[in-house]
Amino acid sequence: MNLDPSEEQQLLAASIERFVERDYTFEKRRKIVASPEGYSQDVWRTMAELGLLGLPLPTAHGGFGGGAIDAVSLMQAIGGALIVEPWVASIALGAQLVARGGSEEQRQRILPAVADGKIKLAFAHVEGAARHTLAHVATRARAGGGGYIISGVKHAVPHGAAADLLVVSARTAGEATDADGLTLLLVPRDAPGVTFRPLRMLDGTRATDIEFDEVRVGGDALIGAPNTALPLIQEVVDFATALICAEAVGAIKSANAATLDYLKTRKQFGVAIGSFQALQHRMVDLTIEYEQAKSIALLACSAADTERDAAARSRIVSAAKIRIADACRKVSQESIQLHGGMGMSDELKVSHTFRRLTAIAQQFGDADHHLARFAGLSDPHQGRA
Amino acid sequence: MNLDYSVDERAFRDEVRDWLRGHLPAAMRDKVVRYAALGRDDLLGWHRILAEKGWIAPSWPREWGGTGWSVVQRHIFEEECGYAGAPPLVPFGLAMCAPVLLEFGTDAQKQRFLPRIYRGDDLWCQGYSEPGSGSDLASLRTSAMRRGEHYVVNGQKTWTTIAHLADWIFCLVRTDPAMERKQDGISFLLIDMKTPGITVRPLPLMDGRREVNEVFFDDVEVPVENRIHDEGKGWTVAKYLLGHERMNTARIGNSKRELERLKAFSADQRKDGKPLIDDPRFRDKLSRLEIELMALAITNLRFLDQLRGGRAPGAEVSMLKIKGTEIQQMLTELMLEAGGPLAQVLGPVDTTVDNDDFLAALAPRYCNMRKTTIYAGSNEIQRNIIARHALGL
Repeated sequence: MNLDPSEEQQLLAASIERFVERDYTFEKRRKIVASPEGYSQDVWRTMAELGLLGLPLPTAHGGFGGGAIDAVSLMQAIGGALIVEPWVASIALGAQLVARGGSEEQRQRILPAVADGKIKLAFAHVEGAARHTLAHVATRARAGGGGYIISGVKHAVPHGAAADLLVVSARTAGEATDADGLTLLLVPRDAPGVTFRPLRMLDGTRATDIEFDEVRVGGDALIGAPNTALPLIQEVVDFATALICAEAVGAIKSANAATLDYLKTRKQFGVAIGSFQALQHRMVDLTIEYEQAKSIALLACSAADTERDAAARSRIVSAAKIRIADACRKVSQESIQLHGGMGMSDELKVSHTFRRLTAIAQQFGDADHHLARFAGLSDPHQGRA
Repeated sequence: MNLDYSVDERAFRDEVRDWLRGHLPAAMRDKVVRYAALGRDDLLGWHRILAEKGWIAPSWPREWGGTGWSVVQRHIFEEECGYAGAPPLVPFGLAMCAPVLLEFGTDAQKQRFLPRIYRGDDLWCQGYSEPGSGSDLASLRTSAMRRGEHYVVNGQKTWTTIAHLADWIFCLVRTDPAMERKQDGISFLLIDMKTPGITVRPLPLMDGRREVNEVFFDDVEVPVENRIHDEGKGWTVAKYLLGHERMNTARIGNSKRELERLKAFSADQRKDGKPLIDDPRFRDKLSRLEIELMALAITNLRFLDQLRGGRAPGAEVSMLKIKGTEIQQMLTELMLEAGGPLAQVLGPVDTTVDNDDFLAALAPRYCNMRKTTIYAGSNEIQRNIIARHALGL
């Protein structure tokens, strides 16, 4: 057991901390969210220069070969500063699908450009009717013209409008909820027949509905083998889920710090409200939520990196997402309550952290979704302390 | 960063596990996993087996029998013992009186008491709580007036666990009632339970078992040499003990074993003809409990890791106590729920008939474990400690 971050991880954490202090104050973020694009090209370039875009990409393709554990400090900073740039969408989802499932040619062509910040990816997967069921894909792709012809609609694709290249899940066989018959295809954003309807999200990030109307792609658009994409999708979504658990830890830490500060400075009845035991005990419970959330997030990131058994990995990631969703709800709601009316105000960062925590609780599956998945996966390590 | 045990730590775990397999008597384990009442022989029997192996007091200094293990090794040992179903070790001598002796005792006191505690010659109990002094411990009134080379002790302690089995009691007593600060007039005494004037009366609890007692002191003469630290320094001793490492606070190993038991039990129980564990309403509660324990196991390791640097534990211990006891209670609650209506049966009216029905043990167990969030500093006191020391409130 060694819980100390490695020297590289410590250096990375320090450089991320400097980046956030310098380039991502809350006022700066407010301007970025209000901008037409909804994210900052400058910030994205800085993140590329700091090596953050290539962090979990293969060393052979311009990355640093890190895993989820290596990205924990970045994710905590994203949660703490409420960074809205498309890191999870482009790096943890899109680029991971290419890195783990793509051909050598696709990796060479795409990943170095992603790591350099020259292009961004997005994963066009979710359809409204699917809720959180990953296998539920009605968008279809049929063979044609030496490649595929795609038709269907994807909903609220995170950062889809910012992407240069979309990784699209489509059904090439079977019915809408079948586990088999899913195929991943690369679609340039400007391909004929692709229409965007950009959306504003609760947490200040951008998303987009995307309609694919007889969109033609070549045979080289195929990622991996046809009809068998679900295990790869599950692996990469588990990876991203573990990472947003770490993001939640950063957001919880930030919310708790704000709440504690408020308890110490806000005076009523002539004393700081933090002198009241009823509030002290609630603050303590939020602190415990943080510690438990941090523990389960580290466990999930570790499992995403090292657990070779897919069921065992998914089980731990679901466990983490359930616990994190519970912590997100409790911490976000209590942070507003303990701030009183000020917590409701758009002016305070804590109300923005509330919104992000609410979104994280839903993202990649809410607690009920993961409770069902967790119950369906048995613990291969049972019987060992 | 690596959450798994190292090769050396795994080897140590395997060594402990192998040894437990060979040396934990099946009859003792059976009593533990059946929630049967443990007597003096069970409690001291296991203590003596560990003492013979040299593993009874890992955290003591080596010269007194400590093993020199790292905090992680100590945690592994405790987790494995709990997981294997070993009887709990009575903490009053080993983990409470002994650390106090080591920190504040004279050489003579150490020589007199530590080897006996190590070997398990005596059972100890703790005389802290009084009828009017629970969480507000410093308000205690049991008095000890100096008369020559003795203190004369009068008063009453209560909630005294295993006083009816104990040979010795360590007590907080008031030696100077005139002190302005109530904390300043308190001293720490070791009292032989066979001393004339001590009366132990059982305090029956809702689980029907004898575990705690009232202890009355009526002109009990205690030699001055049995006082630890200076007169009036009892509160310093008590605070040291409070901040001192609590043995196995989170009880991860026990709870892992109980969780597996709960899973197996709820898989055997039927609801509408199907295993109860597959009922989504029950299953979700079970899952959330398991996940809380998964998280706490890592939280425990993270806190241990911080102690490796040699820092004294503070609010962390309070967090482990709060979460650990909440989990222990929830395990018993779901066990009782899984038992269903027949788990309300305590046994035949004819109490001379042997009753070893496991179902009948669940309700008393549920009742008994309500104590965990109250004892050893109630969870509300733990929250006060965290608020003050970790949050600065």
